[in-house]
Amino acid sequence: MIHWIGQKLNDIFGPLWAPYVGYILVGLVIITLVVVMAVISIYLERKIAAFMQMRLGPMRVGKWGTLQAFADVFKLMLKESLTPAQADKQLFHIAPYLVLTVSFLAFAPIAFSPTLQLWDMNIGVLYITSISSVGVIGILMAGWSSNNKYSLLGAMRSGAQIVSYELSAGIAILTIVMMSGSLSVSGIIQSQADGWWIFKGHIPAIIAFVIFAIASTAELNRAPFDLAEAEQELTAGFHTEYSGMQFAMFFLAEYTNMFIVSMLGTTLFLGGWMPLHIANWETFNHLMDKIPPFLWFFGKVFISLFMIIWFRWTFPRLRIDQLLKLEWKYLLPIGMVNLVIGAIVTWLGWIF
Amino acid sequence: MEQHIESHIIQSSDDEFIINVGPQHPSTHGVLHLQLKLDGEKIVDLRPFLGYIHRGIEKMSESLTYKQFIYLTSRMDYLSAHINNQACCLVIEKGLQTEVPERAKVIRTLMAELTRLASHQLWWGSTGLDMGAVSPFFYAFREREMILEIFEETCGSRLTMNYCVPGGVMNDIHPDFVRKVKQLIKQFRENIHEYDELLTGNPIFQSRTQGIGYLSKEDAIALSCSGPVARASGISCDVRKKNPYDAYDRVSFDEIIATEGDCFARYRVRLEEMKQSMNIIEQLIDNIPTGEYRTKIKGIIKLPVGEYYQRVETARGELGVYLVSDGSNKPYRIKFRTPNFSNLGALKPMSLGGKIGDLVAIMASLDLIIPDIDR
Repeated sequence: MIHWIGQKLNDIFGPLWAPYVGYILVGLVIITLVVVMAVISIYLERKIAAFMQMRLGPMRVGKWGTLQAFADVFKLMLKESLTPAQADKQLFHIAPYLVLTVSFLAFAPIAFSPTLQLWDMNIGVLYITSISSVGVIGILMAGWSSNNKYSLLGAMRSGAQIVSYELSAGIAILTIVMMSGSLSVSGIIQSQADGWWIFKGHIPAIIAFVIFAIASTAELNRAPFDLAEAEQELTAGFHTEYSGMQFAMFFLAEYTNMFIVSMLGTTLFLGGWMPLHIANWETFNHLMDKIPPFLWFFGKVFISLFMIIWFRWTFPRLRIDQLLKLEWKYLLPIGMVNLVIGAIVTWLGWIF
Repeated sequence: MEQHIESHIIQSSDDEFIINVGPQHPSTHGVLHLQLKLDGEKIVDLRPFLGYIHRGIEKMSESLTYKQFIYLTSRMDYLSAHINNQACCLVIEKGLQTEVPERAKVIRTLMAELTRLASHQLWWGSTGLDMGAVSPFFYAFREREMILEIFEETCGSRLTMNYCVPGGVMNDIHPDFVRKVKQLIKQFRENIHEYDELLTGNPIFQSRTQGIGYLSKEDAIALSCSGPVARASGISCDVRKKNPYDAYDRVSFDEIIATEGDCFARYRVRLEEMKQSMNIIEQLIDNIPTGEYRTKIKGIIKLPVGEYYQRVETARGELGVYLVSDGSNKPYRIKFRTPNFSNLGALKPMSLGGKIGDLVAIMASLDLIIPDIDR
């Protein structure tokens, strides 16, 4: 299929321009995919939140409110994007696009199925972690340029939070990278053909998974770590002054980041698109193989996504000093020790 | 005047900056305006600015008759609307020296305790909300909705019920009242463990409230705090015990007192008070005396010349009504001693040195109702 499209493009545009047209098409496909997934996750979030709170959630737009997200986007498109007086206009307008672009870029090396991967670079995991840390610059830009003290406070909180929790997330990722001996996304998934890392990595992998779950939720600025936009403290934090589509950009970026974190967690710990195999259960394994890989992948992603949503609707928010204490006094030391244990386990070959 | 205001505005140096919390802010629960001087996240100075919802209820009462001004007080502490009305009725009855029928006394007390339950449930939900946990809010509203339905059936109104009149209550209770109240108590007793599971036992919630917003016993007395805020600092001040009115002298209940004086103590005191309210309701609901629900009072009430004072325990503390009569059909002067105004004074000593997140937790634990501060 992909080869066929490539040939057609070659025929129409000639060998010089065909790759560029191809890049644009791939970009459009990814943007569409991201937007569709963001819409699905917004709907999921609302419904899950509603069921946890004994209500029905959106019910009016479309069957069971399925079109609610589109209605909201349409409303936001009709709204004027206000710019506060004395705001740093250039930075103010760049910030939402920077945040969203960064989220889109992180999709490049993710493998949705054995054949569906945009860019199988050999440092894929490193690329995702580095590109996703650029997002904090956009948040700081938004907070600084808004000329609003609440925005500034939110941005400073967010900066401190993302920078510190990136360390823990990075160390958790390193544990898996070390066990699988590869930095490329496809390599890590291939290494889980005989069992997912969360199963065969024993205790170090489980600890790494827990640290990754906590740290990545914190990196997402979501509850219980949503201090950057703590509604009751800072009204809306760094995006207080944004309205219309510029606000929608931040909103979309948040849900896109949720997907990236879920996908990364799935890839590293839950075997990516690998089906669930249980040793010596031949029939069961055969049946599992029949399910297409991309269904496996998205199934796992949505389970991780559900976890993130579950966190948000059950926990109260931490305070800023407690948040930093949790990272520097607990998660980071535990992660470090865990990395050493993981190294010993890998060196002794105790992975099976 | 301008100079006077200027001198109240906080001056800041280069390291610190000033933010205005409110009058429109999600955690002030109304139009309270706080000016904070911050050093990073730390609160260095705090000043509340009042008056955004001042309606002059005390002054307006002077031009209304005794039967009319009662209804204005529903709009002070709107979550204890019934208890405010009750206080005004009690002070008028004191002046007239009328005896209220037993049935009316019990109905009033039942309604007052239901009001307290509903108020504390809303407080519990909004405490969760202020801490960033949205879900508890809906669980609190589940039982609150049942209480409001009971109010609607009997009083015709859900929030500002205006059910008390001098001499008794406006109407007899609805035939379904007893059954529904029993059902409410049964369901609430079954569900109250969810309150503990959602917030009380949560480690994040505990670390956000324990040791935060400490108010010493001496400070609480000096600032004339009352209600759960004072009781959490170890002061025994329940008007229902100290100075029983209506049917409180015939029920047995515990006055909840904690000594820690922090946000978690205030939280626990209110949770336990809900259980005590249920105890009171259970004792009274089977023993509503038969008879008149109101004594006949003349159309135009004229209090004898003199000064009258009555205090009651609202959901937030002690409400005092001070009334001066000149013998006409309108009060000469009315002064309300409202609990929230005094409790607001404790905000500054509690929150200095804390973080912005602490301020939100402290505000939640004070359970401020802004229209009650401004009146």
